[in-house]
Amino acid sequence: MTTIGVLGLQGAVREHVRSIEAGGAKAVVVKKAEQLTNIDGLILPGGESTTMRRLIDVYGLMEPLRAFAASGKPMFGTCAGLILLAGEIAGYDEPHLGVMDVVVERNSFGRQKESFEADLMITGIEGDPYTAVFIRAPHIVSAGPDTQVLATHNDRIVLARHGQFLGCSFHPELTEDHRLTEYFIKMVESPAVVI
Amino acid sequence: MNTGTDRVKRGMAEMQKGGVIMDVVNAEQAKLAEAAGAVAVMALERVPSDIRKEGGVARMADLRIVEEVMSAVSIPVMAKARIGHITEARVLESMGVDYIDESEVLTPADEEYHLMKSDFTVPFVCGCRDLGEAARRIGEGTSMLRTKGEPGTGNIVEAVRHMRKVNGQIRKVVNMSKDELMTEAKLLGASFDLLLEIKELGRLPVVNFAAGGVATPADAALMMELGADGVFVGSGIFKSDNPEKFARAIVEATTHYQDYELIAKVSKELGTAMKGMEISSLSLEDRMQERGW
Repeated sequence: MTTIGVLGLQGAVREHVRSIEAGGAKAVVVKKAEQLTNIDGLILPGGESTTMRRLIDVYGLMEPLRAFAASGKPMFGTCAGLILLAGEIAGYDEPHLGVMDVVVERNSFGRQKESFEADLMITGIEGDPYTAVFIRAPHIVSAGPDTQVLATHNDRIVLARHGQFLGCSFHPELTEDHRLTEYFIKMVESPAVVI
Repeated sequence: MNTGTDRVKRGMAEMQKGGVIMDVVNAEQAKLAEAAGAVAVMALERVPSDIRKEGGVARMADLRIVEEVMSAVSIPVMAKARIGHITEARVLESMGVDYIDESEVLTPADEEYHLMKSDFTVPFVCGCRDLGEAARRIGEGTSMLRTKGEPGTGNIVEAVRHMRKVNGQIRKVVNMSKDELMTEAKLLGASFDLLLEIKELGRLPVVNFAAGGVATPADAALMMELGADGVFVGSGIFKSDNPEKFARAIVEATTHYQDYELIAKVSKELGTAMKGMEISSLSLEDRMQERGW
């Protein structure tokens, strides 16, 4: 069975676990480096990116996470997770993992009272529009040549895929619509195939 | 596009799970909290232990402090409004505060009615001591709960009591048959529909953090062990000998609350925690948890 890890340092871990299980895969909460060896793909959840980064450093997870990325296994970052994956963060000197070829801007839709839900059309996801929940959300300012833009909202990129990396500025784990998680599970099951 | 929906408001609190929210009184403390790994800061004029010491009426913080803190950090900023003070809450909302604590730490503006929090776009957190109180606040639209504990005492006993009480009552509701729920609703002063939702979910529909009396990393870990979704630390950090080390240690103990060797390691070099108070030394009028209902 496909096993997908959820980085469990802080944030919406439980919701991702539920969503992975609803998609028919096995979910594991990853708190320590050695757990990375037993999973086929990894979700970096929503939460506070500064907090997660500090805990990544404290527990020596940075190099193991980069090695996991280098192994070619798929990774999916949602909101704070996208910020962790991004190759560049606008206004900051250094990225975190820096593995996905996108530039992101933090809190780019405003403060909490400007947080919102909106319906999106997502390339590769058929059927009804996808209701996305944006909370103090980042957005993708620009995407590299090998990065495919999968959804935009008001002309801002909010979902993109760069090979094995999937990143979105909203929270798929907060709704009952599991189609995006299922999309990621498919990426994990057949990483070479562009869906 | 919709703002201020339940999903957006409750979701914001979900993102704080497993984290520590720290009380700060200026930009410098806020930056220290952010660097230590706090998931949010609570901007205040005085921490609860000072409010207790100095007495008088405790109101919404000086807005210059709130503004200063908001521009100092990129993590969410919370602020407290008095129970029932519609205008303080609206003012904080207009400033763009990310979360409002309708807090018993401040002197209540209304001893009968809490805010109708569902009318606001900004989300709220409220204190509770039992499931009835939790349900009433959810009914009014709070998006996040916390134990009341006994703020500013550095004594964890009341937060433990409140967390155990709420979780025990949830277990009871979950195991009840449906025809017993209405009587339970009457006894708790909670809505039947909400109890039904709790029974079906197996938990509260919003997160419940620990607050009020957390003074050490072990206290924070204990509250996580008892089922808290995260921790508020008020006076504990900046009233300790070494706030920076203390803040980091509390964050680590909260993340790895069952890793006792780690808690031992981070607790060793901390110096003295804030001096605690025996709850029984407080008269009933001096107990902040008695405020609100």
